[in-house]
Amino acid sequence: MTAQVITVTSGKGGVGKTTAVANLATSLAMDGKKVVCIDGDIGLRNLDVVMGLENRIVYDIVDVIEGRCKLKQAMIRDKHFTDMYLIPAAQTRDKNAVSPSDMVRLCNDLRADTDFVIIDSPAGIERGFRNAIAAADSVLVVTNPEVSAVRDADRVVGILEAEEKGNPSLIINRLNPTLVKNNDMLSAEDVLDLLGIRLIGIVPEDENVIIGSNRGAPVVTDGKSRAGQAFRNIAKRLQGEDVPFMDLAPQSGLWNTIQRLAGRK
Amino acid sequence: MNFFTRKRSATSAKERLQLVLVHDRTDLTAGQLESLKDDLLKAISQYIEIDPEAVRIELERDGRSQRLVADIPLKTPSRHRAG
Repeated sequence: MTAQVITVTSGKGGVGKTTAVANLATSLAMDGKKVVCIDGDIGLRNLDVVMGLENRIVYDIVDVIEGRCKLKQAMIRDKHFTDMYLIPAAQTRDKNAVSPSDMVRLCNDLRADTDFVIIDSPAGIERGFRNAIAAADSVLVVTNPEVSAVRDADRVVGILEAEEKGNPSLIINRLNPTLVKNNDMLSAEDVLDLLGIRLIGIVPEDENVIIGSNRGAPVVTDGKSRAGQAFRNIAKRLQGEDVPFMDLAPQSGLWNTIQRLAGRK
Repeated sequence: MNFFTRKRSATSAKERLQLVLVHDRTDLTAGQLESLKDDLLKAISQYIEIDPEAVRIELERDGRSQRLVADIPLKTPSRHRAG
């Protein structure tokens, strides 16, 4: 095995980076891959709660870097998938506790024995972001179809270009098909045209995402969720499969209402 | 603005973002672009006669790259006719 190191970033906060990391990692684990997630948001850790692992933390990434524990000791095994691990962020330190070269070293130590290392970048374009992209083989930029998120995504793509990190791929998260149909939300085509990078997935707005976070069970484990399906498709694309994009036409109309009332949606 | 003439919000969002991104990417404000145009016209006018009103200088996007596109019509040269 030699791992692919993938960093998930966005510029703007709150667009769904952590959700994307938890879902992609879980989906890859469901496909039988060995996955290690790293929470790069030192001081504001959250990947642990979204994955439902907050009660199992003993050591964190700063403990590994400062030599207080072995790498394996800071890797928390998932509750359901035995080949998925989380290296949590430190909560009582700041971004300067880690350097870009620390991240490169840490990821290199993981490469030999892992299929995917997925790094959750903090928002912003400062030290934490620089740490998160240092070791990346490829970068996923998450955005929402909103002016502020798209603008910040463009800044991040510009920095990645300047850093010669290769072409990032875009995840458009929380797209509302009804608003797009009414021309009251930027469409996926609009966002792609503005940003000019490759698309790897469109995730529709879906209340099941919040329900999943509440439970600490990423939405990809919910077979009926559309957002879950979108994340599972992205995970397949990360594995090199050619998966067609979902039809995101608004789900309204009589037939859908009947199906929903009958509990089939 | 009444209901019928009002643009839907996604259209405004896209148009506004197109402008903002060009300026963000080039690190050039609208004011700086104006003075760039003025300087450019001054320089060109030293050599050939142009019609400042007809000049169009704009930043355009092409994928992830930007280009400064100038359309500078020349004034028809008045020919020195013999006789």
